[in-house]
Amino acid sequence: MYKYAIRRILHALPVLFGVLVLAFILGRIVPGNPCKAILGEKATVEVCEKFDRDHGLDRPIPIQFLAYVGELARGDFGNSLRFNRSIVQILIERLPMTVELGMAGLLIASIIGIPLGIISAVRHNSAIDLSTMVGANIGVSMPVFWLGLMLAYVFAFLLKDTPFWLPPSGRVSAGVTAVPFYEVYGWEFAGEGVVSNVAEFLSNMFILNSLITLDWEVLRDAITHLILPSVALATIPMAIIARMTRSSMLQVLGLDYVRTARAKGLVDRRVILVHALKNALLPIVTIIGLQLGLVFSGAILTETIFSLSGVGRTMFEAITARDFPIIQGFTVVIATAFILINLVVDLSYAFLDPRIRLD
Amino acid sequence: MATTTENKALPIGSIGTRSHSENLWLVAIRRLFRQRSGVAGMIVLAFLVLVAISAPLIAPYDPNRSLIGVEDIRKRTPPCVHALGCSTDEPQHWMGVDGNVRDVFSRLVFGARISLFVGFVTIGSAVIVGTVLGAFAGYVGGWVDDVIMRIMDVLLAFPFLLLTIAITSALRTLFDNNEGLEDAFKSALPEFVFNQRGLVYAMFAIAIVSIPAYARVIRSTVLSIKEEEYVSAARSIGNRPVRILFLHVLPNAFPPLIVVATLGIGGAILETAALSFLGLGAQPPTPEWGSMLASERNQLFSAPHLVLFPGLAIMLTVLGFNLLGDGLRDALDPRLRL
Repeated sequence: MYKYAIRRILHALPVLFGVLVLAFILGRIVPGNPCKAILGEKATVEVCEKFDRDHGLDRPIPIQFLAYVGELARGDFGNSLRFNRSIVQILIERLPMTVELGMAGLLIASIIGIPLGIISAVRHNSAIDLSTMVGANIGVSMPVFWLGLMLAYVFAFLLKDTPFWLPPSGRVSAGVTAVPFYEVYGWEFAGEGVVSNVAEFLSNMFILNSLITLDWEVLRDAITHLILPSVALATIPMAIIARMTRSSMLQVLGLDYVRTARAKGLVDRRVILVHALKNALLPIVTIIGLQLGLVFSGAILTETIFSLSGVGRTMFEAITARDFPIIQGFTVVIATAFILINLVVDLSYAFLDPRIRLD
Repeated sequence: MATTTENKALPIGSIGTRSHSENLWLVAIRRLFRQRSGVAGMIVLAFLVLVAISAPLIAPYDPNRSLIGVEDIRKRTPPCVHALGCSTDEPQHWMGVDGNVRDVFSRLVFGARISLFVGFVTIGSAVIVGTVLGAFAGYVGGWVDDVIMRIMDVLLAFPFLLLTIAITSALRTLFDNNEGLEDAFKSALPEFVFNQRGLVYAMFAIAIVSIPAYARVIRSTVLSIKEEEYVSAARSIGNRPVRILFLHVLPNAFPPLIVVATLGIGGAILETAALSFLGLGAQPPTPEWGSMLASERNQLFSAPHLVLFPGLAIMLTVLGFNLLGDGLRDALDPRLRL
């Protein structure tokens, strides 16, 4: 198991290096001329030469890359050119929104997708199976941005003035403020450090923060605002999870030990949920973990439609506004998170399935 | 092409037996027509291809022509179908008109051409490049395999849309802000291609980001096939590696590739629509479905038909490719063979 883990970690290192190189290249190409991107097209040659010297852009590219890697290793992602604030600070403010949205989306997708897949497999070739698979196909084919707009039209416009109304934008209603838990409980941190950053990060996850502070008004408001974007985001992963669950369960339900369990007289529900599902869950868990890429792509669109200030929307705005420190910094963080999550999924799969690690 | 043989027993007294060989591709096609999802997908796509080909005949109006001063109609008028009860005093527009008083149905119909073109060209390019890289990596192996697959892993480490956004923006910055390059393109390319260069950048970005999926499929198939006895036999009689690869190994990699590519076309259409929605792909007045959605997004509550119909068109097209891909997957599954 350890050898497999070390092999997978060593395999991830060159990929991580490649990610740094690609993030560096994108951060240099996308803004075009950084000086003109920030100071305007009328910036003179002398002003731009000074700008390049101040930001180290006059050095050879390999030296710039080494300086960039060194800064990343020190946790210095630089400052945003638009906001003139530390990238780390912007990440602490915006990443919690995307994490909340992504987790809510995956939770909805799993809670609905897995049972649907099980029912489809158990009632194979029935009307339920057919309608689930047709629904899954339709779900996978729907553009997330279109679904988000249609949900907003139905729930924010057509169902206005009904109990089913849902807000079409924002994280919380105007006038509702989520007070950080450390302020509520009177905790203070000495200066800006890892602990204070982590506390601020957690407090920016409004649902978690309001559960800690027992602020039910903010909790209800935050959940209400999260429903539409997370349902829009969950549709494609839900369809994929339902299909994977169905195919995995069909495979397991055809095995001899399941036939034996039934022959022994066990109740069907026990056979399915206790004996079959456990073995069928492995690929399902893997696919849920691997949906994070899809969820993040969807988050860019969902955050744009529902006006949520998450990482996805910030990244898109940075690319179009040519804010290259954000492009570089966010790219590295997002891609590194993906590599780590894929690594964890691989290792957990090997942990759960001995055949993989002995291969 | 590999074939199957079956011995048909002849009546007693016959001398020996005859063998009957059948092309596996024909078997797969027959199986595809027995798959519900495959048939449904083929019907949907046949309909879309027909619409795209006959767009000038079907569309009642020029998709880019504003009807201001031509018809007495307000912008963003909802659908009016006379057969469904709409007053005959009002001009008939099956899906209404948009903010520039252009017929939505005509724009949708011409948009089918763009979507199908984008899907096939983008994935076709990605398949060709991915096949070459994957075949090379799988057959040669060693450090070549490692380098190629690590590059593929780097591309796969990024969320698909994020990377396509970044590459599209980078291409725009490189070419649109460079007068020399822009002039060179203008003189080298046909005018309609030059005017659509936003869409071309998006297609290029999607093709690049799609390459790893096909490289991986081909590589894994090549790895499993290159140790087969018939490949060893071909090598032993002196065939060159390139010949072995293209004549003996790659044809057996086509079934999974076809399935992944068919599903990929639907994905490419979705991604192009997403990029156009974000303002990075097709630019107005191009009747690309994502761009149509983006233009009228702020009118969602007052003119929902302008958001509904383009989205339905995207969904139907992608659904067709997904159903066909599912059908092909079952039809080409070697485990179900005979």
